Amino acid sequence: MSESRGRFGVHGGQYIPETLMNAVIELEEAYNTYKDDPQFNEELTTLFNEYAGRPSRLYYAERMTNDLGGAKIYLKREDLNHTGAHKINNVLGQALLAKKMGKTRLIAETGAGQHGVATATAAALFGMECVVFMGKEDIERQALNVYKMKLLGSDVVSVDTGTGTLKDAVSQAMREWTSRISDTHYCLGSVMGPHPFPTIVRDFQAVISKEIKAQMLEKEGRLPDAVLACVGGGSNAIGSFYHFIEDEQVKLIGCEAAGRGIDTFETAATINTGRLGIFHGMKSYFCQDEFGQIAPVYSISAGLDYPGVGPEHAWLYDIGRAQYVAITDEEAVNAFEYLSRIEGIIPAIESSHALAYAMKYAPTLDKDKIIVVTVSGRGDKDCVSVARYRGEEISE
Amino acid sequence: MSRISQAFQKHKAFIPFITCGDPDLLTTEKTVHAMVEAGADLIELGIPFSDPTAEGPVIMAADERALAGGVTTDQIFDLVVRLRQDITIPLVFMTYANVAYSYGSERFISKAAEAGIDGLILPDVPFEEKHEFSDLCGQYGIDLISMIAPTSEDRISLIAREAKGFLYVVSSLGVTGVRSSITTDIGAMIRLVKVSTDVPCAVGFGISTPEQAKAMAELSDGAIVGSAIEKLLAQYGTEAVEPVGNYVKSMADAVHSI
Repeated sequence: MSESRGRFGVHGGQYIPETLMNAVIELEEAYNTYKDDPQFNEELTTLFNEYAGRPSRLYYAERMTNDLGGAKIYLKREDLNHTGAHKINNVLGQALLAKKMGKTRLIAETGAGQHGVATATAAALFGMECVVFMGKEDIERQALNVYKMKLLGSDVVSVDTGTGTLKDAVSQAMREWTSRISDTHYCLGSVMGPHPFPTIVRDFQAVISKEIKAQMLEKEGRLPDAVLACVGGGSNAIGSFYHFIEDEQVKLIGCEAAGRGIDTFETAATINTGRLGIFHGMKSYFCQDEFGQIAPVYSISAGLDYPGVGPEHAWLYDIGRAQYVAITDEEAVNAFEYLSRIEGIIPAIESSHALAYAMKYAPTLDKDKIIVVTVSGRGDKDCVSVARYRGEEISE
Repeated sequence: MSRISQAFQKHKAFIPFITCGDPDLLTTEKTVHAMVEAGADLIELGIPFSDPTAEGPVIMAADERALAGGVTTDQIFDLVVRLRQDITIPLVFMTYANVAYSYGSERFISKAAEAGIDGLILPDVPFEEKHEFSDLCGQYGIDLISMIAPTSEDRISLIAREAKGFLYVVSSLGVTGVRSSITTDIGAMIRLVKVSTDVPCAVGFGISTPEQAKAMAELSDGAIVGSAIEKLLAQYGTEAVEPVGNYVKSMADAVHSI
C-alpha cells in the first residue's frame, strides 16, 4: 500500500487526476535533489539578492507606533522586492527548479496579477515561454498587471468559467497542465494545491521569516511577540511564520479577507467560515455549501479572493499554533489609507488586511511589546479600485 | 459476479455518461431510460460539481446548467432509487472528491449503495489517496473505479493490480471533450494492464463517433462517451431524450458489432 504524501495533520495530500501524478512525482524528486544542493542554493541566493533586491528591509514604523500608542511595529517590506511583492521569491525558486528539470514553458494562475507578473518576469529572465491564466473579473480589476505580463512576453488567458476569479484561474491552469506536461512546469503561486507544492512554495517563501528573525535579533536583540500577515492561499503568511513556528512565545496571526463580513455570503474568510473539504489537489478548509459545492467567495482584494487556504495553515489552526482573524473590506481600505498617510507607504490591499489587524491589535499591547507586520506587496495596483470604493472614478 | 463484471460478459460494453439534473432531473430520468433501451451496457451518472477540474468546456457547462437548476446530491439519490425500479444494468456515479467527502464519505457511499449504485468514479482521487474512499466502498459493496492515463507508465501495473469493477483508461492528455483523433497507444496500455488483472478496461475521453468507439473497444473491453452526449443536452435541453437515444443506439451498435 502506497502512503499518501505531503500531509499537515489531516490536511494536504495529492487529490489530482491520474494524468498529473507522474508530473508531481517528478517535481518532488527534482525538488528533493536540488533543495540541499549547494550550487542550486547559491544560484537562488544570487537571484534573490542581485535580481529581486533581497534581503527586504525590516522597517521600524515609528510614526504608526506612536500614533497607535501600543506595541512597537516593524514592517517587513516585501513590497520593495522586484515586481512589488513577495511572489517573486517563490517564482524565482520554481523557475530555477523548472529550468534544472529541463522545462521550457511556465504556466501560472493569478488573482491580483502579482503572481502572474512575477512568473512572467522570471520567464523573461530565464528565456522561457509563459502563459498566465487569470479570471475575467480580475482582468477587469487589474488591467495594469495584465499589460505588464504581456509587456514581459507572456500570454494572458482570460478565464470566464465559474466566478471568473482566482479559483477558476487555478482550475484552468490545472486543466492546461494535464494537456501539456512534458515541457511545462505549473508555477503555482501559493502554498496550496497537491503535494509537493505547499512545501516547495513555503520553503521558497521561508526566506521572509529567516530574514525577520535575523533582522529582529540585530535591531532588538530578541524575537518579536507577534508576526502578522494576510492570508489568501497563505504564501506570504507561511513565509513570515515558518521560522517562528518552533518559537512558541511568538504569536502567529493570519488575517483573512472577510469581504463584506463573515456573517454575509460575500466573504473569503476560509478558516473563519469554511469547513473541511477536498479541492484543488488538497484537503483543507474551504468555503462551500452543504453539498460540497465551492462557494463564490468575495473580497475587495483579488489576491485574497479564494475559497480555500493552504493545508499548513489549516493545520497550524487545528493545533492552535496560529490564529486567524477576519478583516472586512472597509477595515482594509482604512488601513490602506492610514499607512499611506502616516508612513508614506502605499501597501497592497491584500497586505492592508494584516495592517488593519495591527491597527486594532497594537494598541492593546504594552509599549515594550514588538509586532512584525508583513507588507506583502505594494499598492500601486490597487489605487483605482480603492478610489472606486470611495466613490471616486480615476483612470490610469 | 458483480453487475459491473456482468456488463462486460456478453460483448464489448458501451458506457454513456450523463450529468444529472441537466437541464432537470425529469429529463435525466427519461434520457437514462432511453439509453438503456438503446443498448447501453453501463451508465455513468454525473453528480455535478461547481469546479470540475478534469472536465473540458462541454461537461463544465453541463455541470453549471445542472447546478443553476438547483439539483442536489439528495435529489440524485432519489433519482437513482426511481431508476432502479426497472433498470438492471450497472449504474456508477461519477463526481468529484468533495461532493462525496463533504456529504460525509460513509454517509455518501452507504446511501449510494442503498439506492442501487454499483461503482464510484472520482477523477481527483488517484491511487495514493484512494484508501480514504475504497475501504468504505468495499464495506458497502461499491467498486471504486480506478483510472490510468497516457502518462501513467510504470504506475499502470500498480493501479491495475488493485483495480475493482472496471478500469477507466484515459485515452489522451488533457480534460474530457471531443477529439478528432486519439494518438495514444491504447493497445500498449491495455496489454500492460492485462498482465496484472482480469478487470475489464473501458476507454474514455475524446470519443464521439461510432468509428472511434468501435476502434477503442476493439483495443479494450468498452468505450465511454460523455461530452458528445452533453453536447446534445446543451442543444436540445428537455427535448434531448430522443436525439440522445438515437445517438447512443448508433454508438452501442458499433461497439456491439465487434
